[in-house]
Amino acid sequence: MGSTRTTGVPTKLTQGSQTKGGIGESTLRPDGTLKVTGEFAYSSDMWHEDMLWGQTLRSTVAHAEIVSIDTSEALAQSGVYAVLTYDDLPAEMKKYGLELQDTPVLAHGKVRHHGEPVALVAADHPETARRAAAKIKIEYRELPLVTDEASATAPGAVLVHEGRDDEYIKHVPHPNIVHRQPIIRGDADEAAKKADVVVRGEYTFGMQDQAFLGPESGLAVPAEDGGVDLYVATQWLHSDLEQIAPVLGLPEEKVRMTLSGVGGAFGGREDISMQIHACLLALRTGKPVKIVYNRFESFFGHVHRHPAKLYYEHGATRDGKLTHMRCRIVLDGGAYASASPAVVGNASSLSVGPYVIDDVDIEAIALYTNNPPCGAMRGFGAVQACFAYEAQMDKLAAKLGMDPVELRQLNAMEQGTLLPTGQVVDSPAPVAEILRRVKSRPLPPERQWESSEGADVRQLPGGLSNTTHGEGVVRGVGYAVGIKNVGFSEGFDDYSTAKVRMEVINGEPVATVHTAMAEVGQGGVTVHAQIARTELGVTQVTIHPADTQVGSAGSSSASRQTYVTGGAVKNSCELVREKVLELGRRKFGTYHPAWATAELRLEGGKVVTDGGEVLGDLVDVLEDESVEVEAEWRHRPTEPFDLRTGQGNGHVQYSFAAHRAVVEVDTELGLVKVIELACAQDVGKALNPLSVLGQIQGGTTQGLGVAVMEEIIVDPKTAKVKNPSFTDYLIPTILDTPTIPVDVLELADEHAPYGLRGIGEAPTLSSTPAVLAAIRNATGLELNRTPVRPEHLTGTA
Amino acid sequence: MDFLRPASWEEALAAKAEHPTAVPIAGGTDVMVEINFDHRRPEYLLDLNRVGELREWEVGADTVRLGASVPYTQIMENLRTELPGLALASHTVASPQIRNRGGVGGNLGTASPAGDAHPALLAADCEVEVESVRGSRLIPIDAFYTGVKRNALAADELIRSVHIKKADGPQQYSKVGTRNAMVIAVCAFGIALHPETRTVRTGIGSAAPTPIRAAAAEEFLNAALEEGGFWDSRKIITPSIAKQFAQLAAGAANPIDDVRGTASYRRHAVGIMARRTLTWTWESYRGNGRTTEGVA
Repeated sequence: MGSTRTTGVPTKLTQGSQTKGGIGESTLRPDGTLKVTGEFAYSSDMWHEDMLWGQTLRSTVAHAEIVSIDTSEALAQSGVYAVLTYDDLPAEMKKYGLELQDTPVLAHGKVRHHGEPVALVAADHPETARRAAAKIKIEYRELPLVTDEASATAPGAVLVHEGRDDEYIKHVPHPNIVHRQPIIRGDADEAAKKADVVVRGEYTFGMQDQAFLGPESGLAVPAEDGGVDLYVATQWLHSDLEQIAPVLGLPEEKVRMTLSGVGGAFGGREDISMQIHACLLALRTGKPVKIVYNRFESFFGHVHRHPAKLYYEHGATRDGKLTHMRCRIVLDGGAYASASPAVVGNASSLSVGPYVIDDVDIEAIALYTNNPPCGAMRGFGAVQACFAYEAQMDKLAAKLGMDPVELRQLNAMEQGTLLPTGQVVDSPAPVAEILRRVKSRPLPPERQWESSEGADVRQLPGGLSNTTHGEGVVRGVGYAVGIKNVGFSEGFDDYSTAKVRMEVINGEPVATVHTAMAEVGQGGVTVHAQIARTELGVTQVTIHPADTQVGSAGSSSASRQTYVTGGAVKNSCELVREKVLELGRRKFGTYHPAWATAELRLEGGKVVTDGGEVLGDLVDVLEDESVEVEAEWRHRPTEPFDLRTGQGNGHVQYSFAAHRAVVEVDTELGLVKVIELACAQDVGKALNPLSVLGQIQGGTTQGLGVAVMEEIIVDPKTAKVKNPSFTDYLIPTILDTPTIPVDVLELADEHAPYGLRGIGEAPTLSSTPAVLAAIRNATGLELNRTPVRPEHLTGTA
Repeated sequence: MDFLRPASWEEALAAKAEHPTAVPIAGGTDVMVEINFDHRRPEYLLDLNRVGELREWEVGADTVRLGASVPYTQIMENLRTELPGLALASHTVASPQIRNRGGVGGNLGTASPAGDAHPALLAADCEVEVESVRGSRLIPIDAFYTGVKRNALAADELIRSVHIKKADGPQQYSKVGTRNAMVIAVCAFGIALHPETRTVRTGIGSAAPTPIRAAAAEEFLNAALEEGGFWDSRKIITPSIAKQFAQLAAGAANPIDDVRGTASYRRHAVGIMARRTLTWTWESYRGNGRTTEGVA
C-alpha cells in the first residue's frame, strides 16, 4: 500500500528516552499525547483512494426463519457495487467462532438474535450503502424464544442450535447448554454438618458492555495475488486470521493483517466483527472496502459480559471458619458460543474466591439463548462470581456478628493453599494483607459537600442535577477482595512470539521489537521498549506495527500480555544479547580475558562485566551487522479441568485486588455517589508504575459502572436490546468517578518474567461488590442484583 | 435534502413560508442526532445560524426576551439573577460542548417531555414569541405543549424568542438521572415563588406525555400559604403543608415505565423533588438561603 494513496495506517513508533527508560520506570506512552490532542489515527480514520463503504444489514427480530431475501432493489441503486448474502459466500466454510465454529458469517435460513448480520452492501458512499441496505427486503417467520434457563431447558424447548457436533455436546445435560463444569472437592454434605451458621443467596448480574472507545472498524484492500490486506482494530490478529482465511477460501498467507489504531477493547474485540465482511466485499468488488460501525451498531457488533444468576450457600463455624460452599452459576451465553466455555471454566474454578474452603460442590453452566451473544469481558467469569461470594461473606459476617474484613482475613488463602481444583497456589497470595491495607487507610471526612455557607452538589448524590443539598444522604462503607487467573487456562497452548533486531543506525545502537501484540491500551508499546532497554542496554527502541508477518502474540486479554508477550520480548532480547556477545567475543575476545570468563551485560550502549568494567561499545561490536531473533515463548503449561470433578492444574498465575468503597446514598431518591474506592493490589513487579496505576484505576471505575449504572437491557418478551446507545447505556463520567487511592504491592512470582503479575482485570472484580457492600451498609437493604438502580433503593422497581 | 441558509430573520420566515416542512436547525444538538440515526429525513433543513439576533437577549423591566438560539452556557453565565431556575436547568443539560451549542428554542421546537428547560419555563411563567410572514404572536407557555413532541406552532412559524418573567422570588430546579452528570432526565421538577402575586408555580418534566404544571399542588399551596399568612410572616413552612404539596405534585405526574425508569419511581421522585425544592426556595424567601456550589 503506497503511502501517497492512503492515510491513517499505522507507522513505526520510535521511542527515545531522556532517562534510562528501562523496566520499573514510568515511561510515557508514545501515543498518549496524540490521543489526548485528537491526533491519533483510529482504525475508523483510515482512508484509501477509490475505497468503498461497507454496510451490514442486521436482523430486526431475535429468533426467526428467513423465508426470503430480496436484494434486487438494493442492487439497482446507483453507487452500489455489491450486495452479499449467505448464498454469495465463496468457501465451503461459512462459520467462524473463537472456541466453537457456530457463528454464521451471514445468517443462513435463520437468525438467532436481535442484530445478527444477514446481508452486506458495498457502495461508493456510506449513506448510499445505508440506504441500499434498507432496501433489502427480508421476510421473517418468527420462532419461539428461549431467554433464560427455565425456557432453554424446558421440555420441548426450541433448540438454538440443532445438530450440535462440538466437543462439549457430549457432556452437557441439554443441547441449549454450551458447556458445564462441575467442581467437587471434599464432601460438602458432611462438612455442612459442622456449620453453626449457614447463609444462602440468589444473585443476579446484569449484562455489561465493554463500551470501548472507537467502534469496530477496518479497511480491507484486495491484493494483486488474489489475497487481501486487512487493517483492523482487534485484540488478537492471529486468532482473527485463523477464522477469516477459511471462510474467504484463502490460505492464511494470503490474508495479511495489520493492527490499526485501537481505542480500547476490554474483551469486546476478541470476536470477529467486520473483518470477514470487509474482506468479502473487497474481494468481490476488487476495491478497498472500509466498514465503520457507529455506536448504535457497535452494541450489536460485539459480545457483552455474560449476565448471570448465581446461587450460593456458605457455612461457617461459630468462630468464623468456613465449613463448606455450594454454588451454581448460570451464565447466559446468548445465541452463539463465543468464549462461553472458557468463561464457564473461570467462573467455576474461581467461584470460591480467595478463600480456603476444603469441601465444595460447584457447578457452572453457560446457556444458549436468543439473547445477544456474550463472551469475553475484563474479569471473564470471575467478575460475576466475585459479586456473589463477596455478598455472601458480608451476610455471613452479619450473621456471625463478626467484622466483615476479619472474617475474610480469617479464611484468606495464602501461598500453599489448595484450590478446589486441587491446584496449589505456588506464588505469593497476600489476600489478608491487601484487605488490611485498604481497611487501615483513614476514611475520607464525613459530609465533604458541606461548607459553612451551603453545599457543593458536585460532591453529593445526583451531582449537577441538584437533587439534594444533604437531605436523605447516608454514608456506607464496604469491602471486597477477589481472585483472577492470569493467562489462558485449561491446557491452552498460550504462547507469544517476539522478533527483536539490534543494529547501528546513525552511529547509535537501536533495537527494533516486532510482535503481533494488539495494543488496546494495556501499555505493551511502552513495556516492550522498556524491556529492550533493560536487556540490551540501548536507548533508542523502535516498536514495529503489529501484524501477521511475525508469529502470534496471543490475545490482549486475560491480563496476559505483559507476562506472555513481555516474556517473549525478554526472551528474544536475551537471545539477541547472546548473539551480540558472541559477535563481540569473535571480534574482541582476545583483547580481554573477561570476554570469556565474566558474566557480561549490555548497558548504556556498551558491553560491561558484572563488575562494571567496560569491554567495548555496541557500535563497534555490531558495526554494520544486524542481529535478529524471532522466537516463541511459553509460560508453564496448564491442564484441562476434569469434566466430572473439575480437578486439574488449570491456571498459570493469580492476581489479587481488594477494595474499600465509601459511598453516600440519597436514600429517598435512590441516587448514589461513590466518594472513594481505595484499592490494594499485588502486581509482582510494576514494570511501568504509571501504567499500573492507570490499569487499576480504570478497572476500578469499570467495576463501579456495573455496580450503579451500566446494563444492557434486553426485553424478556422479544429478546431485543432496548438501550443500544450511550444515551441510555450509561457509563461513569468524571463526576461519578471517585478518588481512587492505590496501594501497590510487589511480591515477586518466581515463575514469571521479572516476577510480574498480570494486573488488568483483578481491580474490576472487587470494585463492584465493594460498592454494593457500601450501599447495603448505608441503606440496610439486601440488594442481590447489580447494577443497583434507584428503583431498587426506593422500593419502586 | 436541501439545506436552506437564510442570511436574515426575514429570509428565514420567507423560507419557512415557502417550505413549511423545513426543519429549523440551530445548535443541531437534537436535530442532527435524529438525522444521524435516520429517525427523520426532512426534505429541507433551515439553518438559523446566520440569524444573529436569535443569539441575543434583552433584559427588560419585567421580562427577559431570550433569543431562541442563546446557548445554555450563556444563560448559566449571564442570566443567573434574572432567570435562576432556567440557569439551574441549563447546567443539567448534557455536557459543556452541548451547552455551548444548544438553546431553549431547540427544546421548545422538539417539545420532548424530557427537555430540561421546560419545567423551569413553566415555573417561571413565560410566553413563546413565534413569527411567520403573516405576523408575530405570543403563545403562553401553558398553551404551548400540545402533545408528545408536539407544540402550538403553525407550519410556517419559527420560534423567535421566549419572554420569561424575571424572577421576583427564589426559584429551584432538580432533575433525577442515574448518573451524576450528562444524563437525560428520568424526571425533573421546577419551582418558582412569585411573592409579587403571592403564587407558586411549578413544572414537571419527563413524567407525563408533555411537560406539565402540578396544578392541584400549586392551588393547594397557594391557598395554604395565603391562609396561614406565610407570605407576610415568612415563617417556616409546616411539614404537613410540604408533605401534601409533594403528594399532590407526585399525583400530577402521569409517567410511563421505560428503559430509564419505572412510572412508580418517577412519581415517587417527583414528590421528593417537590418537597425539597419547595423547602429550598421557601428558606431562601425567609432569608435563610444557602449557596450551592457547582450549580449554575
